[in-house]
Amino acid sequence: MKFLKSISQDKIAAISFIVIVLTMIIGTFAPLFSPHDPNGVNMGLRYAPPSLEFLLGNDHLGRCILSRIIFGIRPSILWVLGALVISVLIGAVLGFLAGYFRGKVDAIIMRICDIMLSFPGYVMTLAIIGILGIGLGNILIAFIIVKWAWFARVIRTSVMQYSELEYVKFAKSVGISNLTIIRKHLIPVTFADIAVISSSSIGSMILQISGFSFLGLGIQAPNAEWGMMLNEARGVMFTSPELMLAPGLAIILVVSAFNFLADSLQIILNPKLSRTIKPKKNSPFSKIKNQEKEVAG
Amino acid sequence: MASYILRRILIMIPLLIIISFVTFVLINLSPLDPAEVVLQSQGVPQITDQLIAETKEEFGMDKPFLVQYFHWFISCLQLDFGHSYVTGKPVWSLIGPAFLNTLKLTVVSSVAIIALSILLGVICAVREGKMIDKSIRGVSFFLTAMPSYWLASLMILYISVKLNLLPTSGMNSFKSYILPVAIITISYAGIYFRNVRTSMINNLNEDYVLYGRACGLSEKKITIHILRNSLQVAISIFGMAVPIILGSTVVIENVFAWPGLGSLSIQAILSRDFPIIQAYVLVLATAFVIFNTLSDIVNAVMNPKLRSNL
Repeated sequence: MKFLKSISQDKIAAISFIVIVLTMIIGTFAPLFSPHDPNGVNMGLRYAPPSLEFLLGNDHLGRCILSRIIFGIRPSILWVLGALVISVLIGAVLGFLAGYFRGKVDAIIMRICDIMLSFPGYVMTLAIIGILGIGLGNILIAFIIVKWAWFARVIRTSVMQYSELEYVKFAKSVGISNLTIIRKHLIPVTFADIAVISSSSIGSMILQISGFSFLGLGIQAPNAEWGMMLNEARGVMFTSPELMLAPGLAIILVVSAFNFLADSLQIILNPKLSRTIKPKKNSPFSKIKNQEKEVAG
Repeated sequence: MASYILRRILIMIPLLIIISFVTFVLINLSPLDPAEVVLQSQGVPQITDQLIAETKEEFGMDKPFLVQYFHWFISCLQLDFGHSYVTGKPVWSLIGPAFLNTLKLTVVSSVAIIALSILLGVICAVREGKMIDKSIRGVSFFLTAMPSYWLASLMILYISVKLNLLPTSGMNSFKSYILPVAIITISYAGIYFRNVRTSMINNLNEDYVLYGRACGLSEKKITIHILRNSLQVAISIFGMAVPIILGSTVVIENVFAWPGLGSLSIQAILSRDFPIIQAYVLVLATAFVIFNTLSDIVNAVMNPKLRSNL
């Protein structure tokens, strides 16, 4: 695959990609990888330091921290990804409808988006959680409701750009059905844009959702989730601060992997961006620099 | 110019009315019967049908939907957002001071973010591709991947408790501002200084810089010229940033027990105090719209090209 090939040329992107894939595999098959029961309380091992049996030590209830981190991948990463995919799909369907068919459909969808986007995202999310009640499921629903409008608008812009191109106009005039044009000519080209915008919002989404869990709005005890683990660790922060370490570093690792990958994806998938970078080298100033080098050489 | 500002302000009115309507509908979408929520949060031991009916009448919940909205809207205009279900206090007496506290935190943080972003952006652009540029960008990458509440907890632990330099929580003196402002600045400046850097670098390749160099202007003077042109981009970004920060200080406020909207709203959500949630959404959404309009106007003043497309 072309995508994997270009990623393997970029060292940081390759490492990030491996980290993400590994995290997802471990999360999916959490029972196979975790050495202990994540909710198994063992009062004799409270605040135990790392040992061979419990690699990351034990928390304030003597539970295995490593197992809790591994089981925490599901709500912290996998479910967040699921919510992201759903809101991108909703945004994509509406964005295609608006950007391709234009007219009244476009006007209606865009006005709804305008209204959604005139609320600050964070506040709207909190309000929806307030109405539905606390819980991770409700946080994810709130995120889907808040985020789709933004995706719809960005995807619409991208679709509009491409449907103005000659080959799409030609396909239309030859009488190819709209559905076929969208499927064969528009989805492949807009896919790059969709991948870039959705990948660049994963990192902040993971951080925000873990933040809500940290405040106690998300998943409820005794289930393991990284933000929730930090919330529990905060209670005993002054006596055993080392409990803050593992979940915090796990979040930093995964979020920076997603951010690095998103940055590289943008360069790999977006030919426009690499084109705008190149002309810089031909600007008058750098030309002179090049000449200077030639003279010096 | 005056007509642009007027039009921009007039557009706000229908937008604010729609926002108030959406806020009202949102709270009424709740799967719970509001009358029941009122009774529950007041700690009534046995909720009978008669009690529910009485509560509905007391709060005007038995009237048609649009009539309820109209009454609510009119009283909101007079800053009367009803009474808290839990404590029975007027909502405005809780939201008003909290909003001011959040606004103070936001304004101080925004100033810090602007200062730091411009400073770092200029340093990185001038030394593009050099060690210092690379290391600043690398550090910022990890800082933006760090959960702000995690960093905040660590800072409380080491700076406030172990070294006993700064207060751990509350809002008592200027010292209370240092930690929350530092955390908010770290999480946002890491994003915004890139914009300053990019726009500086783009300007570096413009013809006027070459001309300036050809005329023998000193690098310092050229940098000032570039800075002036790049600031336009920066200001439009910061205009967008202020309302976003205003709405997202929730987590930091809770970590530092800052007596602002964030702490208030989380309490309200946990106790399902709907009038406070409603007022919280309405107040912040209104502030969001006003700040966005202001930043549009400032942009239009600075860049005449933007005035035509409203």
